[in-house]
Amino acid sequence: MSRLLQTPFLPSVSLPTKTRSSVTGFRVKPRIIPIQAKIREIFMPALSSTMTEGKIVSWVKSEGDKLNKGESVVVVESDKADMDVETFYDGYLAAIMVEEGGVAPVGSAIALLAETEDEIADAKAKASGGGGGGDSKAPPASPPTAAVEAPVSVEKKVAAAPVSIKAVAASAVHPASEGGKRIVASPYAKKLAKELKVELAGLVGSGPMGRIVAKDVEAVAAGGGVQAAVAVKEVVAAPGVELGSVVPFTTMQGAVSRNMVESLGVPTFRVGYTISTDALDALYKKIKSKGVTMTALLAKATALALAKHPVVNSSCRDGNSFVYNSSINVAVAVAIDGGLITPVLQNADKVDIYSLSRKWKELVDKARAKQLQPQEYNTGTFTLSNLGMFGVDRFDAILPPGTGAIMAVGASQPSVVATKDGRIGMKNQMQVNVTADHRVIYGADLAQFLQTLASIIEDPKDLTF
Amino acid sequence: MQSVLSLSFSQASLPLANRTLCSSNAAPSTPRNLRFCGLRREAFCFSPSKQLTSCRFHIQSRRIEVSAAASSSAGNGAPSKSFDYDLIIIGAGVGGHGAALHAVEKGLKTAIIEGDVVGGTCVNRGCVPSKALLAVSGRMRELQNEHHMKAFGLQVSAAGYDRQGVADHASNLATKIRNNLTNSMKALGVDILTGFGAVLGPQKVKYGDNIITGKDIIIATGSVPFVPKGIEVDGKTVITSDHALKLESVPDWIAIVGSGYIGLEFSDVYTALGSEVTFIEALDQLMPGFDPEISKLAQRVLINTRKIDYHTGVFASKITPAKDGKPVLIELIDAKTKEPKDTLEVDAALIATGRAPFTNGLGLENINVTTQRGFIPVDERMRVIDGNGKLVPHLYCIGDANGKLMLAHAASAQGISVVEQVTGRDHVLNHLSIPAACFTHPEISMVGLTEPQAREKAEKEGFKVSIAKTSFKANTKALAENEGEGLAKMIYRPDNGEILGVHIFGLHAADLIHEASNAIALGTRIQDIKLAVHAHPTLSEVVDELFKAAKVDSPASVTAQSVKVTV
Repeated sequence: MSRLLQTPFLPSVSLPTKTRSSVTGFRVKPRIIPIQAKIREIFMPALSSTMTEGKIVSWVKSEGDKLNKGESVVVVESDKADMDVETFYDGYLAAIMVEEGGVAPVGSAIALLAETEDEIADAKAKASGGGGGGDSKAPPASPPTAAVEAPVSVEKKVAAAPVSIKAVAASAVHPASEGGKRIVASPYAKKLAKELKVELAGLVGSGPMGRIVAKDVEAVAAGGGVQAAVAVKEVVAAPGVELGSVVPFTTMQGAVSRNMVESLGVPTFRVGYTISTDALDALYKKIKSKGVTMTALLAKATALALAKHPVVNSSCRDGNSFVYNSSINVAVAVAIDGGLITPVLQNADKVDIYSLSRKWKELVDKARAKQLQPQEYNTGTFTLSNLGMFGVDRFDAILPPGTGAIMAVGASQPSVVATKDGRIGMKNQMQVNVTADHRVIYGADLAQFLQTLASIIEDPKDLTF
Repeated sequence: MQSVLSLSFSQASLPLANRTLCSSNAAPSTPRNLRFCGLRREAFCFSPSKQLTSCRFHIQSRRIEVSAAASSSAGNGAPSKSFDYDLIIIGAGVGGHGAALHAVEKGLKTAIIEGDVVGGTCVNRGCVPSKALLAVSGRMRELQNEHHMKAFGLQVSAAGYDRQGVADHASNLATKIRNNLTNSMKALGVDILTGFGAVLGPQKVKYGDNIITGKDIIIATGSVPFVPKGIEVDGKTVITSDHALKLESVPDWIAIVGSGYIGLEFSDVYTALGSEVTFIEALDQLMPGFDPEISKLAQRVLINTRKIDYHTGVFASKITPAKDGKPVLIELIDAKTKEPKDTLEVDAALIATGRAPFTNGLGLENINVTTQRGFIPVDERMRVIDGNGKLVPHLYCIGDANGKLMLAHAASAQGISVVEQVTGRDHVLNHLSIPAACFTHPEISMVGLTEPQAREKAEKEGFKVSIAKTSFKANTKALAENEGEGLAKMIYRPDNGEILGVHIFGLHAADLIHEASNAIALGTRIQDIKLAVHAHPTLSEVVDELFKAAKVDSPASVTAQSVKVTV
């Protein structure tokens, strides 16, 4: 390796220099203020540009050993290689703060170096007395910055997670998980969980047989998006707001805000359609007594139309590719206290209308009780938003990130229309307006989808099988 | 106030104890074969190795040679007076093929008996189709790596694949190579006899209902995937490499039992195609067959950054295929205490615990030969040893069936060595000069001893060992490819410049190893080879750097070109 650094072909790799400069970076920061003059800290060096933490492979020296400048003290494993770390000072290795096999963030103290033998005891006391200010649980002796920064960033990542995890903890469904005792998670999910500091215990997976897969972990880490709102306890009551006051976002509002801003990155467009609902209304009247709801009817009609136009049920996440979603899961926006939630009617195209209606009722009850499980609110592939009950005749919706389209449904109102036979007649009509991701769904796609949807709603016999 | 630290790359090797299991079992005469042991002593990993290229080389170069030789010796030799053939080879795999071509070249009338398809494991169920899959996985991996593409200034829209298309590529390649192999033998007049061959007695072989006699007989029946007991293979969700190479499905989550060559290569394929992988390894460390330093680095690159997790120090004591909506169930027990440790449920399991010799029904009882765990005992000249420890005259065994070094090209080399002997030139193959490779991305290759093996040998024989290392990070060509990750390592004797082992992990490592393996085979010393010139800029300069980095006490030979062959 030393040989390699002399080669004329060496382009820009000059690790020692690079490292030294980053180490110097630490030296500049006069962070450890009250240290006695002769006790120095040995830091976890940054051995590569991507290294954030290092593992102590072995201590070449042990406590009490005399060190000479340039001698190897410790072998550190970075994300790339094992390297010997040398001291720049003479002295004694007074106290080892991170044992072999231990991991410490870059820049945190891993040992103390005393200048004379007499100071070893002082250094030891210092090390045992809480090191560089880190608490006992954190990796030993994190420097103040690391100690402060780390928890903050972690908190950001899992803001809504603990709550939502608790909400679903009791209902692990994996057959082999022995009632939640065992965690069944895919290798990548485990890796991600470690990276994003998400606790897998109790998390319900959406993978095969309830297995936790990567997207479950990502969902938790991202705060579950808008949907995580359900798990948030702080609910702002509408009446009694204090005018003129600045109100920080609740976690849910923060999540909504992030999602809304994220939606700006998606080029959307809108296509509207007016659909006659006389036949649907008649059908609804007929089967209402069997517990069928209008929402379920609309969801069913939409799902049947989606089945014929898979592109409208697709989603584009990375901007490079899109997925024809394998199942049609219709999410329906529901306003709840202080926010909104989108319970999902899974496989709405396959489930019969009566089961679908029962499922919907169950989901709404759960939503109100804030007991929805992640897969019950974050697996939607197409969203319905209905403001018809307020008399709204048309509006447009913002596309939820990660889905291809959302349909805004207005009220069904009696309108005067010209009929085919040249007469003037009365028909119930409603306006729907679909917002879609134009990266994957084009105008003609939506137009054909709406045409199909209109023909299903105007001739709804298929809805009841 | 604060110390400033400087660094240097660790030159000292880390004392890792994982190799003891392998080396304690190693027969002194064949230290190399244990490098390829997988889960158990008897379970050798085959190496899906370089055969694609080497097969082709055989075919092309031999054709030319033979067309010159054939005119004088009339093709496939003249039959001996009292025998049907001069040489009968049982098994038309790569080993048998190599032996057959060399035999014809030497003027022997040769027959080769095959009960299945010509090409054996390597061509049909091993090295060849796996290379096709790995060629796909390498490209997928590259295309999916946005960061890598961006670094080139390339823009690629999402890469996808068609499973059947990938599978077809593998089977087409196997077919093509199989035809090449068959044609190369037909063209030379080798008699390809169909049927399962068995030894009836000295110099007498039966295939089907026919009995033929041969002056010399080579057994080259190869091996089959080894499946430990307790594991139920259904070919769909619990599979061996035989099934996996057909790529009938790409499961979301596949457990791979065994982290040797086969397991590693398949993990490369499966993760590139979107699967997540769980390794199950009986030893305490992944990749137990490799030099510890290489396996450590390889683990960082090939395992840690991918969607792979692993359980080490455990046996898969029971594996049940998926049925009735239940996933594949894997019961893990502690490798030492045998206590139950964990249960996994996955979508599929690939059994890559090595290969078992295929020697049943060979009629070995007729000549009083007892197999050892299925392997046919041979001496260093591949002569078969019978139950009384005596050599069976005119009977040889090469390749996986003798278990010396379960690599396709080793079988071929052993076959050539046997032909050399039966045609009057004594020849002992130096197994330490046979390279091995694992075709992950990047590749791993090696020849000779690992560092712990070399140190053990050095201690016993009282010489010093030095290590030279170079990095791909300093190689222009590697950097041009944005593939600077990699390490080359040479273990050598500083007193006389003998190369003991070379291990490479990095871009095209499998192609780089031959300079070292040839040097070992020919006895070339470092002080001589370091004067040889390498084109710039090439990856070969990694090896050049290695030679140049070595510090040898002996001076170069007077003329490097006249180095004596010492094999």
